[in-house]
Amino acid sequence: MSYCKQEGKDQIIFVTKEDHEAPSNAELVEDDPNDPYEDHGLILPNGDINWNCPCLGGMASGPCGQQFKDAFSCFHNSKEEVKGSECIDFFRGMQECMQKYPELYPQEDDNESAPSGEAESFQTSNNANKNKTSSYS
Amino acid sequence: MFKCKAAWNKLAPLARASSTLCRQAGKRAVLRHERTPQFVQPAHMSSGPSGGGGENTLYFVLVGATCLAGGAYAYSTLVGDRERYQQRITEIESRSSKPAAEPSTPAKTQPETAASEPASAAASPAVEPTHAPYLLIGGGTASFAAARSIRARDPGARVLIVTEEDDLPYMRPPLSKELWFSDDPTVTETLRFKQWNGKERSIYFQPPSFYVSPTELESVENGGVAVLTGRKVMHMDVRGNKVKLSDGTEISYDKCLIATGGIPRNLQVIERAGDEVMKRTTLFRKIEDFKALEKVSRELKSITIIGGGFLGSELACALGRRSADLGLEVVQMFPEKGNMGKVLPEYLSNWTTDKVKKEGVKVLTEAVVKNVTYKEGKVEIKLKDGRVVKTDHVVAAVGLEPSVELAKSAGLEIDSDFGGFRVNAELQARSNIWVAGDAACFYDIKLGRRRVEHHDHAVVSGRLAGENMTGARKPYWHQSMFWSDLGPDVGYEAIGIVDSSLPTVGVFAKATAKDTPKAATEQSGTGIRSESETEAVAGSVAVGKAAPTPPPQQKEDYGKGVIFYLRDKVVVGIVLWNVFNRMPIARKIIKDGEEHADLNEVAKLFNIHEE
Repeated sequence: MSYCKQEGKDQIIFVTKEDHEAPSNAELVEDDPNDPYEDHGLILPNGDINWNCPCLGGMASGPCGQQFKDAFSCFHNSKEEVKGSECIDFFRGMQECMQKYPELYPQEDDNESAPSGEAESFQTSNNANKNKTSSYS
Repeated sequence: MFKCKAAWNKLAPLARASSTLCRQAGKRAVLRHERTPQFVQPAHMSSGPSGGGGENTLYFVLVGATCLAGGAYAYSTLVGDRERYQQRITEIESRSSKPAAEPSTPAKTQPETAASEPASAAASPAVEPTHAPYLLIGGGTASFAAARSIRARDPGARVLIVTEEDDLPYMRPPLSKELWFSDDPTVTETLRFKQWNGKERSIYFQPPSFYVSPTELESVENGGVAVLTGRKVMHMDVRGNKVKLSDGTEISYDKCLIATGGIPRNLQVIERAGDEVMKRTTLFRKIEDFKALEKVSRELKSITIIGGGFLGSELACALGRRSADLGLEVVQMFPEKGNMGKVLPEYLSNWTTDKVKKEGVKVLTEAVVKNVTYKEGKVEIKLKDGRVVKTDHVVAAVGLEPSVELAKSAGLEIDSDFGGFRVNAELQARSNIWVAGDAACFYDIKLGRRRVEHHDHAVVSGRLAGENMTGARKPYWHQSMFWSDLGPDVGYEAIGIVDSSLPTVGVFAKATAKDTPKAATEQSGTGIRSESETEAVAGSVAVGKAAPTPPPQQKEDYGKGVIFYLRDKVVVGIVLWNVFNRMPIARKIIKDGEEHADLNEVAKLFNIHEE
């Protein structure tokens, strides 16, 4: 059974699982998908890539940032059957650049997954990561 | 950069053409066929009048439409590129005003390399930059976040960070948490720690290879981020857009970020206590403080922490954990009634204090220091109520003084209520000066003017400043969060204004042993931090005991729940107590800023009974 008590200005409520089973009737304000102030995910409302997305880690901002942007833009805009097939040169350029910085781009990474060195850095609370320390990576 | 120039080139003839068109259409009734295709083609906006039928009205309408369309296109492209254009112009102007610049600079609009002059000057030996398009003062979290943001949004940006520390940018929270829990004996050298996902990383945001050398910054293709360490900015000339460093060098800038953070406060009684006491006092903030304290913890027998907030409590728990192994006495003292007394409501603060004591810390509450002396090889702390503590070393964790020395020379406003540089909702102090991180007193549209000293805020505000420095014009909107761990049983995340003087409503679930940060991660197979063997054993014992639900009459166990902080009946702050992964909901509730009649209903949104 839940119960409630008051300690001065602080109210304390203990609830059991059953108490919280009924769905909440609290009303939340509907979100505006075009809110100009909100942070966006990887793709902006206008279709462009959000290079500042925390999900990219630092890929777009490091020493190979330009190569990464070129390759990824090409891939994103690619309308070929095999998506990105015309972007081979860009990806090669990116890979060549990354090989020069093995510390930042460990060699076992591929183009899709974020390499642990460079990309594993800067997500803010945007990410629904398990633990608060996700604010580091 | 090319795009801007190209767009400009495209537009100029078009603009001329459309204005000519309009004028002529106005003057003459009929336009000859042959002319129109020339004007229409560059516009691509309207289909040109196709052959035949030169009726005046039709022509007039079509010409008018072209005119409008062309004008609209020109306007939209201009507006879109204005930002870039302005930047370029400002840059060019500043370059042309530089004493060493060649007079032909304005004509030489090479878009790619921002600074071709130094390179084209006589093959000079590598010199440190005298100009930075983006100058970031301070080399901490906010500065790094801004640098990253700028680089992501402005291709080829050249960013110069100037820091008085000798270290490249690093993150502070592990200095009082994870680094202390590491099993690695070389941790003070490596400065590496294990994250929640088991992966190890360094406290440095990036290794040295990420950065460009300052001497190469102006010439390197594609730009980069350079860090000038061991240099303090002493003087700022806002009118002249330049700063002077401690070694006498002057650097001019186009856009500047002040992210100077702060320095730890000290107690007056310690400052007056003389050298012998000062030598044995740590004001904890930087890597060198961590290293020094770590050494002290191994060599001395007693450490006293003054301060009951985040830093003090975290350090107390970290040292308390080691106290048994090291034979170290850890004392914590503070004026409040319990740990985190200014943050958590009293009942929770008391509960937390018990937990801290269980970590091996001798906690002295309601302790106000009267004086501190060095006597017979010990530091003697006398409290106002007569209690005396004799210790070997003192750590003062009594707050942060924001570093605003530059305000004087820069003529920038300082906030008298919260301290720090006063900036607007977009973190701007002046049109080309922004402030972020601990030193920024900014206007939060939802919560009002404030200054926040947390890691995530430094990340969020640094990022926002970087976005605004590259033209985003966005206000502070994404609410930052913070967290703390006080031992394996107490972990919480929080957001908004979490001030214990506000009325609160706490909704708690009956706790089981499953509900601790330690247990939460163990269940998912990940580990927050390296656990010692003794703790793993203790944890399994607790699970066995907690299986039957205790009746409510027993001492309350605030195992997990959510606490709402109210201001004028609106939720302005939320603490998630041992409840993880719910921050987005909390953020949403604060963003809404609604009055909720029944907060228990709001609490249901958090599903506190589940993992």
